[in-house]
Amino acid sequence: MVVETAFTPVTAIIGGAMIGLAALVLMWSVGRIAGISGIVAGAILEAEDERNWRLLFLAGLFVGALIASVITGALDDVSSIASTPVLIMAGLLVGIGTRMGGGCTSGHGVCGISRFSQRSIVATAVFMASGAATVFVIRHLFGEGV
Amino acid sequence: MKPWFIGLAGALFGAGITVSGMANPAKVQNFLDVAGSWDPSLALVMGAALLVVTPGFFFVFKMSAPKYAEAFALPTRKDIDWKLLLGALLFGIGWALSGLCPAPALVATLTGVSGFFIFLLAMVAGMILYRFIFES
Repeated sequence: MVVETAFTPVTAIIGGAMIGLAALVLMWSVGRIAGISGIVAGAILEAEDERNWRLLFLAGLFVGALIASVITGALDDVSSIASTPVLIMAGLLVGIGTRMGGGCTSGHGVCGISRFSQRSIVATAVFMASGAATVFVIRHLFGEGV
Repeated sequence: MKPWFIGLAGALFGAGITVSGMANPAKVQNFLDVAGSWDPSLALVMGAALLVVTPGFFFVFKMSAPKYAEAFALPTRKDIDWKLLLGALLFGIGWALSGLCPAPALVATLTGVSGFFIFLLAMVAGMILYRFIFES
């Protein structure tokens, strides 16, 4: 399903700076990378001492998102753009892919690139390219998306 | 103070994802649609984050240790192996199909839309599957 969206430079920059600040606070305080795929996986699969800070971070994430959404209304019109079978397949791919590749948009895309990590620069280039190629296939070869 | 800073980092992250519009999968999929209804917002989100983190990390790493931990926990690997490439490739496909990556998927569940919970369950299942099939 193709839903057109407007370019929103101001909120993009403000939100992006907040994400950056979040990564900075986490590194300055406890020396950890704000990679959300790793934090989610660790919050579920790690032993208790490694799990607790991740659960705390995730609790904060929901609280911060809730407050921001109440103030800005940014989540008011948000809905899913894919069917249930596609969401299941996509979720599995994101879960397996981020673990196999060691990170996602936050861990590789923000924290890794800013440390000039070659692995992160390569990973980000690959998932951007495979993402763009996938959208090209589902929207322009198959038609109206999935 | 340590738990407060961890919670603050989480809250800033969640608020940032929300404010940036990245919890809207349509905006993410449109960013990846360079040949169609392109929405460049995501590039500015990442760019702004990098403009804060790159100089910020530079100064943070001048500290001998983080404020509330014994050492920085940073990845040490430098090699580009097939797992990095295949993992990123698969992640990109799933990201594009759904318009969702891990942080926005968490934030989007606040809408109560069932599809976001389905995605999140499948994502966690994928992470657990990977751990027990490929890492054991």
